[in-house]
Amino acid sequence: MENTRPNRLELIGITKQFPGVLANDNVSFAVKPGEIHALLGENGAGKSTLVKMIYGIMQPNAGEIRWNGETVVVPNPKAARKLGIGMVFQHFSLFEALTVLENIALGMDAKIPARELEARIRDVMRTYGLLLDPHRTVATLSVGERQRIEIVRALLLNPKLLIMDEPTSVLTPQEVEQLFTVLRQLASEGCSILYISHKLHEIKALCDTATILRGGKKVDTCDPRIETSRSMAEKMIGSGLKDIVKPEGRRFGDAKLVVDTLSTRKSGHFDVPVDRVSFTVRAGEILGIAGVAGNGQNALLDALSGEIHGDDRNAITIDGRGIGHLDTTERRKQGLCAVPEERNGHAAVGDFSLAENSVLTARDRLGMVMLGLINSGAAKTYTGKVIADFAVKALGPGSTAGSLSGGNLQKYIMGREILQKPSVLVVSQPTWGVDAGAAAAIHQALVDLAAAGSAIVVISQDLDELRALCDTLAVINMGRLSAARPVKDISIEEIGLLMGGVHGGEERDAVPA
Amino acid sequence: MQFRLEKRPEPSKAMLYLTPVGAVLATALVGAIVFSLIGYNGLGAVREIFLTPLLNPLKWQDLAVKSAPLIIIAVGLSIGYRANVWNIGAEGQYVLGGLAGTGIALLTRDMSGPWILPLMIGGGVLGGMAWAVLPALLRTRLQVNEILTSLMLTYVAIQLLNYLVIGPWKDPMGFGFPQTRMFTADQMLPTIIPRTIVHLGVPIALVVAVAAWFMMSRSVFGYQVKVVGAAPDAARYGGFSVNRTIWLALLTSGALAGLAGVLEAAGPFGRMVPSFPTNYGFTAIIVAFLGRLNPLGIIFAGLAMAIAVVGGEVAQTTIKLPAAAVGIFQSMMLFFLLASDLLVRYRVRFGDRTVEARA
Repeated sequence: MENTRPNRLELIGITKQFPGVLANDNVSFAVKPGEIHALLGENGAGKSTLVKMIYGIMQPNAGEIRWNGETVVVPNPKAARKLGIGMVFQHFSLFEALTVLENIALGMDAKIPARELEARIRDVMRTYGLLLDPHRTVATLSVGERQRIEIVRALLLNPKLLIMDEPTSVLTPQEVEQLFTVLRQLASEGCSILYISHKLHEIKALCDTATILRGGKKVDTCDPRIETSRSMAEKMIGSGLKDIVKPEGRRFGDAKLVVDTLSTRKSGHFDVPVDRVSFTVRAGEILGIAGVAGNGQNALLDALSGEIHGDDRNAITIDGRGIGHLDTTERRKQGLCAVPEERNGHAAVGDFSLAENSVLTARDRLGMVMLGLINSGAAKTYTGKVIADFAVKALGPGSTAGSLSGGNLQKYIMGREILQKPSVLVVSQPTWGVDAGAAAAIHQALVDLAAAGSAIVVISQDLDELRALCDTLAVINMGRLSAARPVKDISIEEIGLLMGGVHGGEERDAVPA
Repeated sequence: MQFRLEKRPEPSKAMLYLTPVGAVLATALVGAIVFSLIGYNGLGAVREIFLTPLLNPLKWQDLAVKSAPLIIIAVGLSIGYRANVWNIGAEGQYVLGGLAGTGIALLTRDMSGPWILPLMIGGGVLGGMAWAVLPALLRTRLQVNEILTSLMLTYVAIQLLNYLVIGPWKDPMGFGFPQTRMFTADQMLPTIIPRTIVHLGVPIALVVAVAAWFMMSRSVFGYQVKVVGAAPDAARYGGFSVNRTIWLALLTSGALAGLAGVLEAAGPFGRMVPSFPTNYGFTAIIVAFLGRLNPLGIIFAGLAMAIAVVGGEVAQTTIKLPAAAVGIFQSMMLFFLLASDLLVRYRVRFGDRTVEARA
């Protein structure tokens, strides 16, 4: 009988204390054999900590882990793999310069002759339809293909439980569907899957059970097929959701930011430059740029912010003024502010206080410098305003940026730029790793900034975010940007095809190579 | 037994200031034990090195004179280190500063006037700066590590010094000794306290340290240096050029090392001799760290290191400690400082296997 079989994995009262934070507080749930179990929660809810304890990377301070009914201690990942636990991380650990086969061989606990390993890899790939050439160099693979390597690596060990940490954040909609097929097949063969995500529609489509975490505590274990997305989201956040308030019948002003055949040079070996990108953003308009990670988004942001700048002043214009030749400081003076994807170490300095971080980008626009000296009073006052207006959880302007959680730091960074009232704002991944409550606040601030007449460019991999937030949408693939179209006229299938590199044909072919 | 390091959420500010003191105490303690074990009077060594210079008023002027070049060089180095620019070749820049000053002194030996000394000092600053140009150029253009280039240039500088004092700059009336002629009164630093050896370089060192502290804590230049050191990507995003900062950091530290060099040449030495390189440039690296790369802290660190230097000389004569012992004490000080730094920023956790999970 089904009921008499022990649970594949059971957690009882798991508690993990970090200095200053209780990451997991008495969490208990069970995963049945062959079940696809979602672990749902905002960033910082304790999902990652919990699975790290299951996979033996960390140890709980209290509580019990049961594997097939027996209490176990998982001292390290190797022991976890031995039990039959596999994990696919959100960030891949692959050597770009090595081949698929070499990467897999490096990650194996047991030494297996290359030929035998290759045969087994091909076998796993055939069984699950994970198509991949074992001799391809990783650098030439897309993110979706790289994820397949990690999955194959995990499957080679015949796991009884596969942990997937935010697996779809880097995939196109088509790739997500392929992944789900693989996961469903695995589950039908009796492998349990612990699926970590905060994307509710995916969980509804894929999972049998969902355990929801909030602030380190278990809120509920429910059946996602019965729950609505909204009800699960509210459990996850703990309060009613706020929708983005977009004024109806918005009208756009004149062209504000015009980018004309902007290209960058290839700098690193694995770096994707932007290639003859052109677009226009009008006053009051939010342009979204979708695309799978690593298709030139970073180069595009750097080229727009001025971190990379060329000689052609008219490649980028604001209100008709050419700024393509200016550096970041000069562009900020012209009204263009930018927020790069990486918060720590790029958009902010972790070791610096928030007030010092305000000096980084706001010093000229807000008069924080006089005769080469920094007016730290002005920086503190402005930082205090950012903290108050964007509900940043920080002790004050003197807190170091590194002491803030990811979401709070992002709120601070977005606030720092938005309160400068830039006439053009370019942001990358504005809500990446930010909890839903904070994301809603950031989205609303962007909409309000646009309503006040600014032109906004949002680069994101989150299609839901782009479709909710933006007025027009373009897709970047291998450094080339598709034509921007109104969001309501473009279907998710079309976006997916563009993300995968299938362009409409004419506009790509029209450009001589 | 397994142990691992866990980053502390926020390192204690008090500990950051206490660790240099702790490092000095640990150095004294371990030094006493080690030297006792190898057959010296260990306690005596510690007493002579750390206490005698403080307790004997006759030694105070020595402390002032020895700490001045250490402070000046260390302040320059600290600015570079803040920017993650590792100038290890201050000794060479110090020598070049001395040589440039000496060159001007030799050219102006038949002249007189109050303008000569400032000219020499200016020349010394430029000389030290010039010696930092090559590492800066190589680092910014070809990504050559400045640790190697600046260090190697030190030996070039010493060879240049030897060549000059043996060859073209040798004093014709010097009985064949490899040294230049004595500087004239207009070419020497005046003493500022009568009947002592305390010269103008001492107040200059204090002014340099306070000015650098002000620059680093209040100015955009100081901010730029710190951002580049802490997060180069953030610096670029903030509109600061990393290469420009590397140039500024290396030129500043070279200029200050050169300043220290010319002050030593025109002060205690009074001429150029082969024994001019006295390791101030290397000792100042320890001083910079002991002072927490903070120019005000460096004043105290410079004094502490001067105590060890002066005390080391005392110990050589009184209890026959070998000269190398002072080097050992200095190195221990740096070691204990860096080690305790790690413990301020991280905590050590023993026993990875969590038994309490079973409770």
